[in-house]
Amino acid sequence: MTFLGMPGAPTGVGQLRGDRSFPEAARDALANGQLRANLAHATTTIRGKRASVVAELPDWAELRAAGAAIKDDVLANLDSYLLQLEERVTERGGHVHWARDATEANRIVTDLVRGTGAREVVKVKSMATQEIGLNEALADAGITAVETDLAELIVQLGHDRPSHILVPAIHRNRGEIRDIFLSEMGDVDPALSDEPAALAEAARRYLRRRFLQASVAISGGNFAVAETGTLTVVESEGNGRMCLTLPRTLITVLGIEKVVPTWRDLEVFLQLLPRSSTGERMNPYTSFWTGAVEGQEFHLVLLDNGRTATLADPHGRSALRCIRCSACLNVCPVYERVGGHAYGSVYPGPIGAVLSPQLTGVTDNASLPFASTLCGACYDVCPVAIDIPTMLTHLRARVIEDKASARRVPTPERAGMGAVAWTMRNPRRWRRALRLVGPGSRALRGSALLRRLGPLAGWTRTRDLPPPPAGSFRDWWQARR
Amino acid sequence: MSMRVAIFATCLVDGLFPDVGIATVRLLERLGHRVEFPTAQSCCGQMHVNTGYPAQALPLVRNHVAAFAGYDAIVAPSGSCVGAVRHQHAEIAERFGDGALRADVSAIAARTYELSEYLVDVLAVTDVGAYFPHRVTYHPTCHSLRVLRVGDRPLRLLREVSGLDLRELPSADQCCGFGGTFAVKNAEVSSAMLADKVASVRASGAEFCCASDSSCLMHIGGGLSRSRNGVRTMHLAEILAATR
Repeated sequence: MTFLGMPGAPTGVGQLRGDRSFPEAARDALANGQLRANLAHATTTIRGKRASVVAELPDWAELRAAGAAIKDDVLANLDSYLLQLEERVTERGGHVHWARDATEANRIVTDLVRGTGAREVVKVKSMATQEIGLNEALADAGITAVETDLAELIVQLGHDRPSHILVPAIHRNRGEIRDIFLSEMGDVDPALSDEPAALAEAARRYLRRRFLQASVAISGGNFAVAETGTLTVVESEGNGRMCLTLPRTLITVLGIEKVVPTWRDLEVFLQLLPRSSTGERMNPYTSFWTGAVEGQEFHLVLLDNGRTATLADPHGRSALRCIRCSACLNVCPVYERVGGHAYGSVYPGPIGAVLSPQLTGVTDNASLPFASTLCGACYDVCPVAIDIPTMLTHLRARVIEDKASARRVPTPERAGMGAVAWTMRNPRRWRRALRLVGPGSRALRGSALLRRLGPLAGWTRTRDLPPPPAGSFRDWWQARR
Repeated sequence: MSMRVAIFATCLVDGLFPDVGIATVRLLERLGHRVEFPTAQSCCGQMHVNTGYPAQALPLVRNHVAAFAGYDAIVAPSGSCVGAVRHQHAEIAERFGDGALRADVSAIAARTYELSEYLVDVLAVTDVGAYFPHRVTYHPTCHSLRVLRVGDRPLRLLREVSGLDLRELPSADQCCGFGGTFAVKNAEVSSAMLADKVASVRASGAEFCCASDSSCLMHIGGGLSRSRNGVRTMHLAEILAATR
């Protein structure tokens, strides 16, 4: 199924695709014992915190339903809410830019920064700017982007990639972080310990100079209120507020699905988001701004980059409800084993497995919808009730269709699935096939060669086959009557 | 009142784990209920839906609906297959715009029960008169836990089994890593999850790992057997069917 006239996120720019399939990338991640230990420790901790603060709200189910309903209304009326947002932001002295995709967004932001003459910008943690590869685009134009969120700074200084939406350096432990600071920060005390307070202090000193020098800041946004044109950033460290207030020019890159109709709607999301993401009742810093304040220039870049194409699919569009809390990552047994890099996209975990292939089109990221056991833990914790397991099965069907349309001869899998269905749809054929199960599985047990064939090899490397049955259940049933 | 109760054996039990089907029949008969096995049944089509082949699942859904028409209750020893009947069949009917099938699958879904649901909710029984003098730990399979929400029904049944020493399974709600074709498409990740589940089962000190799905048990059992630690798997139906 393709959606004509709806461009996806372009190739060659941004970070929505990996260079390997998920199973290949996962293999490397699984071999990294340190990574697995870091991930298991971190996700277990956040999981527990989330569960306890969610349990204390008697109306969590209602909040969740409200969050889903508000987002669905936004998605159904996105055109009018976006125009309203543009009008309000413009009335208050801000400038609104529309970016069809990553390439356009990067060009708009780069031109704006160039126009100020700045060579360095400070950044608030933002998924949208990572999605479009803004830092790389700025670097190509000779502009240095400094990440000011502690974990993003660790990732940036480590010449690394983020592996989690909320805690991008989740794959790093304290010792690794100290080593990165020592080698990359320049004037840091060589006796720096790996105590969290000491590491935070080193980052604070490093960042404070950047905040005071910067004339341009770039942010994303968690929400944008259409009725007043107000942008919101939700954060924990206060670095965001420094970026939003100190520099003369502020540029915000916002996915078009981030709009909410009214301030009343924020009441719902500002309860759902911190409890789901950091496991806190309330996040430490929530900043709001409307248009430009005196002496400051404000630009809002509204980013599509495959979102309209996602919106066009009735079975996939609820992925756009996502508020980037990352609760689904923290409960995902697959994510916990392999970490974020294996997904290839800045959006890892269950939400990434449904969002990335929709933003890029399923030809790219074709292995991601299969990177799940469909255990359903993600759907349970999602604060906006995105039915990720069902969406995964829908996207798998789109991947299979896409592959079939690209070749004349069916894949062996398709042929096999067809043959099985053909057998099972007819009771007489099915009964005959069942008679072969016993002898077939006895043959497999007897032959090491057979066990290494096709999909069986994947099974038998770590698992024994079940003992061959004496006969089918229906044989027993019929014999008894 | 004569309820017509059908066993939905599931294709996996029919073909590979007949003892689970036999145990289900014996258990229900011991509780005084006559059951039938509609022989036209084959598979709910979940594997096809979950692997991306909904068109191939459609005739299986039609076959399922035809096989089970006319029964008052349909009981299956599988949380996963009942989950497919309750949730996926309607989606398939809608996807292919078959309004009549949509109505039929809803009617069937409303009368379909996973074994522990049927025992606890419909028959209102937790003590089924079973005897199983062993250390047992229970793995709540993902689909019985999160799709069907069977909650503690299986545990309530197991607690009433005479002689049974129920051991707590650490991190019980964690997926075992089976996931149907996931187990071969992402064999390494699946195996990593399995290794953790096998370790949890061992840590429980149980002799048997029990669950309500033969598919997950095939996976966990394959891992237990490979690690040669002597722990075996047993379906909930088999334990509940066991007597002195």
